[in-house]
Amino acid sequence: MSLPASALLAASHLPTPHVAFAAFSPLIAFLGGAVVVLMVGLIGARSVREHVVPLLTIVVLGAAIGLTIWQWNDQLSVVSGALRIDRLSLTLNLVLATGGIAAVLLAWRSQAGHEAAHGELHALLLSSLGGMSLLTAAQNTVVLFIGLELLSIPLYVMCATEMKREHSLESGLKYLIVGSVGSATLLYGLALIYGATGATEFAAIGKAIGTKGLGGDAMLLGGMALALAGFCFKASVAPFHQWTPDVYEGAPTPITAFMAVATKVAALGALLRFFDVALIEASGSWAPALATLATITIIVGNVGALSQSSLKRMLAYSSVAQAGYMLAGIVVTSSLGVRALVFYLVVYLFMNLAAFAVIVARERETGLGDSMQSIAGLGRQRPWLAWPLTLSMLGLAGIPATAGFIGKFYLIQAAVSGQYTWLGVVIVIGSMISLAYYLPVIATMWMRDAPDAQERQGASQQGAASAGTLPAIAGGSQELDAAAAGAGPIGAPPAQAKLTGTQIEVVLVAVLAGAATLFFGIVPQPLFDLVAHAGRGLGLF
Amino acid sequence: MPALSVLIWLPAACGLVGALLGALSSNRRNEHAIPAALALLGSIATLGLSIGYIVEYSPSFQAKNLITQSLQHVTDVSWIPALGIHYKLGIDGLNVLLVGLTALVFAVAMLASNLRREPGPAPRPRLYYLFFMLAESAVLGAFLAQDLALFVAFFDLMLIPFYFLTGMWGRGEREQRVKATIKLVIYTLVGSLLMLTAAIATGVLASQQHGTHINFALSSLQTLPLSKGSQEWIFIFFAAAFLVKMPAFPLQGWMPDGYRAMPIEVLMVFSGVLSKVGAYGFLAIVLPLFPQAAVHFQMLMLLIALISIIYGSALAFTQTDARLIAGYSSVAQLGFITLGIFSFTGQGAEGALLQMVNHGLVVAPIFFIILLLSRRAGGSEDIRDMGGIAFKAPVLATLFLVVALATLAMPGSANFVGEFLILLGVFNAKLPIAIIAFAGVAAASVYALRLFIRSMHNRVGEGVKSSDIALRDGLVLAPLVGAILFLALYPQSALQRSERSTAAATAEARLLTAKTTASASTESAQSAHLVASGGSK
Repeated sequence: MSLPASALLAASHLPTPHVAFAAFSPLIAFLGGAVVVLMVGLIGARSVREHVVPLLTIVVLGAAIGLTIWQWNDQLSVVSGALRIDRLSLTLNLVLATGGIAAVLLAWRSQAGHEAAHGELHALLLSSLGGMSLLTAAQNTVVLFIGLELLSIPLYVMCATEMKREHSLESGLKYLIVGSVGSATLLYGLALIYGATGATEFAAIGKAIGTKGLGGDAMLLGGMALALAGFCFKASVAPFHQWTPDVYEGAPTPITAFMAVATKVAALGALLRFFDVALIEASGSWAPALATLATITIIVGNVGALSQSSLKRMLAYSSVAQAGYMLAGIVVTSSLGVRALVFYLVVYLFMNLAAFAVIVARERETGLGDSMQSIAGLGRQRPWLAWPLTLSMLGLAGIPATAGFIGKFYLIQAAVSGQYTWLGVVIVIGSMISLAYYLPVIATMWMRDAPDAQERQGASQQGAASAGTLPAIAGGSQELDAAAAGAGPIGAPPAQAKLTGTQIEVVLVAVLAGAATLFFGIVPQPLFDLVAHAGRGLGLF
Repeated sequence: MPALSVLIWLPAACGLVGALLGALSSNRRNEHAIPAALALLGSIATLGLSIGYIVEYSPSFQAKNLITQSLQHVTDVSWIPALGIHYKLGIDGLNVLLVGLTALVFAVAMLASNLRREPGPAPRPRLYYLFFMLAESAVLGAFLAQDLALFVAFFDLMLIPFYFLTGMWGRGEREQRVKATIKLVIYTLVGSLLMLTAAIATGVLASQQHGTHINFALSSLQTLPLSKGSQEWIFIFFAAAFLVKMPAFPLQGWMPDGYRAMPIEVLMVFSGVLSKVGAYGFLAIVLPLFPQAAVHFQMLMLLIALISIIYGSALAFTQTDARLIAGYSSVAQLGFITLGIFSFTGQGAEGALLQMVNHGLVVAPIFFIILLLSRRAGGSEDIRDMGGIAFKAPVLATLFLVVALATLAMPGSANFVGEFLILLGVFNAKLPIAIIAFAGVAAASVYALRLFIRSMHNRVGEGVKSSDIALRDGLVLAPLVGAILFLALYPQSALQRSERSTAAATAEARLLTAKTTASASTESAQSAHLVASGGSK
C-alpha cells in the first residue's frame, strides 16, 4: 500500500513551505514543456516529429511569454528565498523566450533535427532555457550553480547534434571541456565566498560583507576572482573566451544563434545580479577589475574579428566584444547601468538573430557554408536577406537610426555618469575597430557580385573534400560536411550538398529581427518602457 | 512656412516612395524613371522650401538672449526622455544659408544624375536615388539639429548613404573602390564616434556639475558651462571629428582615394556640402559650448588651419589629376574657413560662414566641369591629357572662367568678400598668422588658373575632341553659376542674415581672449559666462 506524498507529509505534520507557484510559472512552463516535447517526439510519424514538435515547442515558449506577462508586476522572493521574481528576471525571461522561438524557427528544417531526434533537440533547448531562467532569477549561490549547469549541459549536447559532422562533435566536446572548467572554477569561487561570509543567500552575503567589513578579505577576494572567472567562461569574456570562435563555428548554426543570444543574456543577467546584489558592498575591489576585463574583452574581441573569413567566427568575436561593452553596465553599479545593460541585451538579441538567420538561409541556399562568399551579391539576389543583415551590421557597429546606436549611447551614458568616462572611450574605440569588419560584410553583399557557378563548384568541392580531413577550416560548411561525411569514406567523390530553396521561416526571423533593429532605433520608447524598472527589484541602488 | 521636419524628411520620403513605386512597376524603363523623377522633384521642392526659409528669415529679430532666442521655426519634441534627447530643430543665422546651399547642391546633383548620358542610367537606380535622398535628409538634419545628441546622430548617419553611393556606383576597379570606400567611412566615422562619447560626456557632466536633469538641447547646455578640464578633452574629440570631415591637414588621408572613387554627382555633394558640416560644427557647437577650451587651443587650431592652407595649396600646384587639384584646393579653402572661425572675431566668423557657402558653390561646379572636360579628353581626368578645349567650347570656357575666378577670390566675387572678412578678423586677432595666410590667397590664384589654363588653353591635347557644352549640361551648371553671380552682386543679402548669429557664436570666446590678454589671471567658467551673457544683453 502506498500513500501519496502529500498525505505522508500531512500525517507527519511537517511544516510545508508556502510556494508561490504562479510567480515562477514561466520556469515551470520551460521545464514541463521539455518533458512534453520529449514525449511527443517519441511518436513515430515523421510529420509529427518534423513539424508538431517544433510547433509544440513554440507553443510552450509562447505560453512562457504569456505567463511572464501575467506575472509582470510581481516583485517577490519565492521558494524560501531561492528565486527572486522581479522586473529584471521577468524582462530577461521575455528575451530568452523570444530567442528560443527564433532558434526553433531557424532549426525547423535543419540537419541537426534529422540527426538527433527532433524531440530530444527541442527538449534540450527547453531545459536549457529553463536553466537560463533559473539563473537569471537565482537568489542564492546554490540555485545559481544549478541554473548554470542546467543551462550548460543541454548546450554541450546541442552543439554536437549534427552527429555525422566532425566539426559539430568537436565543438560539443570542446564546449564540454571548457565549460566544465568554467563551472568548476565558479563552484570553487562560490565555496570560498561561502567560507568567507558564511552565507549562500545573496542578500546575506551582501550583509555579511557590509557588517564584517570584508572588503579586503583574502578568502572573499579569492572567491570573487574565481567566481568572476567562472562567469567569464560562460559569458565569453576575455581572456576566457578562446572556446567561443571554435564552438560557434562548429555548432549547427541555429544552435550557435541560440547560444550567442540566450547564453549571453543569461550569463550577463546572472553576473549582474551576483555582483550588483551579493557583492555590491565589495564593489570597490571588483569594479576596477571588471572594468579592466571589459577593456581587454573589447580590444581582444574586436581585433580578433578583424581577419575572419567565416561569418560565424566573425560573429563569435563580435559577441565577445559586445559582452565587453555590456560589462560597463555592471561595472558602474547604478540602476542606470542595469537599465542600459538590459536595454542592450534586448537590442543585441535582435541584431544577432538577424545576422544568424541570414547565415542559416545562405548555408542552405548556396552550399558555401558561412564563408563571406556565401553572401556576395546578396543585395541584388535576395534583398529580403541583404537588408536585415545590413541593418544588423550597422546596428552592431552602433550607427544611428539603428537600435545599436541607442544601446551604445545608453551604455556610454551609464559609464560616464558612473565616473567611468574612460570606459566609455574604450567602448567607442572598440566600435571604431569593429567598423573594419562590419563594413566589409555590407560591402560584400552590395558591392560584389555573387560567385558564378564555376567558382561555386570549386569552392564547394574544396569545402567538401577538406571537411573530412582537415580540422577547422574556415568557412567549411555544415550541411556540406554532413553530405560529404555521409557519402562514405574519405577520398570518395564529394557529394553535392543538399541545397534547399529559400525557407520562409528563416527569412521571417531575419526580416522581423532586422525590422526591430531599425524600428527601435527610431522609436526606442517601448524598449525604454520595458527596461524602465529593471533595476527596481534589485533594491540596492 | 511649414515646419522644419517637412524640409528634412521630404527628400527621404521622396526617395522611399520612388524606390517602392519603382519596385512595383513591371516596366523596366519606369523602374529607372520613377525614382529619378521623384528624387528630382523632391530635391527641387526642398530647394524651394529652403529658399522660402531664407527669404523669410528675419535677421533683425530682437530678443534678450541672442543665441537661444534667435531660433526660428523651432520644433521641439522630447524624443528619448530617458536619455534627455530632444528632437529639436531650428533655423538661425548660422544654418539658414547652409541649408540653402545643401538644397541647391543636392538639387543640382539630382539634375545631373537625371540628365546623365553615359554610361546609361545608373544600374539599380532605385537604391541610387534612395541613398541620395537619405543623404540629403541626414545633412539637412545635421544643419538644423539644435540638440547635441541629435546632431551627432545625423552627423554619423549621413556617412552611411555615401558609403553605399561610393562603393556601388563609384569609379575604378571594384576592389580598389571598395577599399577606398571603407577607408573613407572608417576615417570619418572614427572621428564621429569620438564625438559621440564627447557629446554624451557633455550632457552628463553638465547635468552632474550643475545638478540638473540630463538634457542635450544646445540652448540649455549653453547655460551650463563645463569645467575647464572637461571642456578641453571634449574639445579635442569634437575637433577630431570636424577636422576629419573637412578635411584639415593631418587628417586628410582618406581624401585622395575617396575623391577618386566617387561618382561626380556624389563628389559634388560630398565636397560641396559635407565638408561644411565640420566647419559649421565648430561655429555652432564648439565655440558656444566650450569657449574656454577653444581659447586654450586657439593657437593650435590656427596653426592647423595655416598648415592646411599651405599644404593644400602646395599639393594643388603639383597634382595633375584634376579631381585632386580641386580636392586639395578644398583643403586650403577650409583652412581659411577654420582660420576665420578661430579668430574669434565677428568679421572672421562672418567671413568664414560666407566662405562656406561660396566654397560649396564653386567646388560643386568645378567637379562637374571636370566631368565635362574628361568627356572631351577621352575619359582622362589628368590635366596633361587635356588642353585646348576652350577653342571649340566658348560657353563652357566662360562658365568655367566664372567659377575659376570665384575660386581665386577675384575682387567683385563673394569669395573676395569672404576671404577679406576672414583676413580682417585674423588680422585683428593674430597679426603674424594673417600675414602668412595672405600667401594662401595668392596661391589660390595659381592653382585655380593652372587648372583653367592647362585644360582650356595650351596646345590641344592628343585625345581631345572638344565641343561646346550641351544644353543638358548647361542646365546643371546654370543654377550654380547663377548663385555665384547672385552672391557676387548681393553679398550683403547673405551677410546681414548671418551677422548677428556669428557675432553671438564667437562672443564668449572673444570675451575670454580679451580677458586673458588684459589680465593674465584665469577666470572661473562661471564668472566668465556671466559676463558673456551680460554682455550679449
